[in-house]
Amino acid sequence: MRAAVIVFPGSNCDRDMAVALKAAGADVTMVWHKDAALSDNVDLVAVPGGFSFGDYLRCGAIAAQSPICKALVAHVERGGYALGVCNGFQVLTETGLLPGALMRNAGLKFICKTVDLKVETSVSAFTEGYNAGDIVGFPVAHHDGNYTADAETLATLEGEDRIAFRYTDNPNGSLADIAGLLSENRRVLGLMPHPERAVDAGHGGTDGQALFRGLLGQFAQA
Amino acid sequence: MKARVHVMLKNGVLDPQGEAVRHALGTLGFEGVSGVRQGKVIELDLADGTTEDTVKDMCEKLLANTVIESYQVEML
Repeated sequence: MRAAVIVFPGSNCDRDMAVALKAAGADVTMVWHKDAALSDNVDLVAVPGGFSFGDYLRCGAIAAQSPICKALVAHVERGGYALGVCNGFQVLTETGLLPGALMRNAGLKFICKTVDLKVETSVSAFTEGYNAGDIVGFPVAHHDGNYTADAETLATLEGEDRIAFRYTDNPNGSLADIAGLLSENRRVLGLMPHPERAVDAGHGGTDGQALFRGLLGQFAQA
Repeated sequence: MKARVHVMLKNGVLDPQGEAVRHALGTLGFEGVSGVRQGKVIELDLADGTTEDTVKDMCEKLLANTVIESYQVEML
């Protein structure tokens, strides 16, 4: 699998993401936010965590207007895969590739700890390495992870089995405990917790490995 | 010419920052503040002849996230 990791000014999980993807067997290239095109053979675009453009205006809002994000939208429209973690999830909602928005945490505090998540569906390239109902521990580190969407959107997400992960003990006020969700074609995943920080026994556990390995497995079969 | 854009969270969207401000006002002894909503004011210096529709387009595309925010444009 060929993966591209986008680097914005203020990204700080880009190299962690690259390490996690490489450890699972992907060929990884880093792409700069000013690049207007992705190479044609990229399978997955990863949008990493961090504080792109200093979170000015709204988290992810400026990044979503960058040249590379136009290429990202075109990649997804062609049926390509995309993974957005933390600030990357915020960027995906700001581009409109995922519905809803991420607001300031209900408790107003920046939360930095490992949280338990329930895998809600194993029907996606990202979650097929888990069983629905599995509890996994991923670190969270965010100030604006309070997911919100209107009632109609929530009903659609639930009806189409697009909620990938839920918090078992909601840390940030997210609607319906949503921690991560899938696009309609199930090829785009956005989540606030960091699976790429849970791929090494010495650093944050290994519960995230199955996400990257599952993704790689999808392309090994193809 | 200038325009002023007011961006507010939509009614019905819980505003945790406004709620914290309301609580702090109560702590300071200001009674009877039943609600606080916090928003943004954005001032734009524009080329003469820029239309209100153009500014609304800016709001739709960047200045507001219309999933959670509403906006009002004031042409000055």
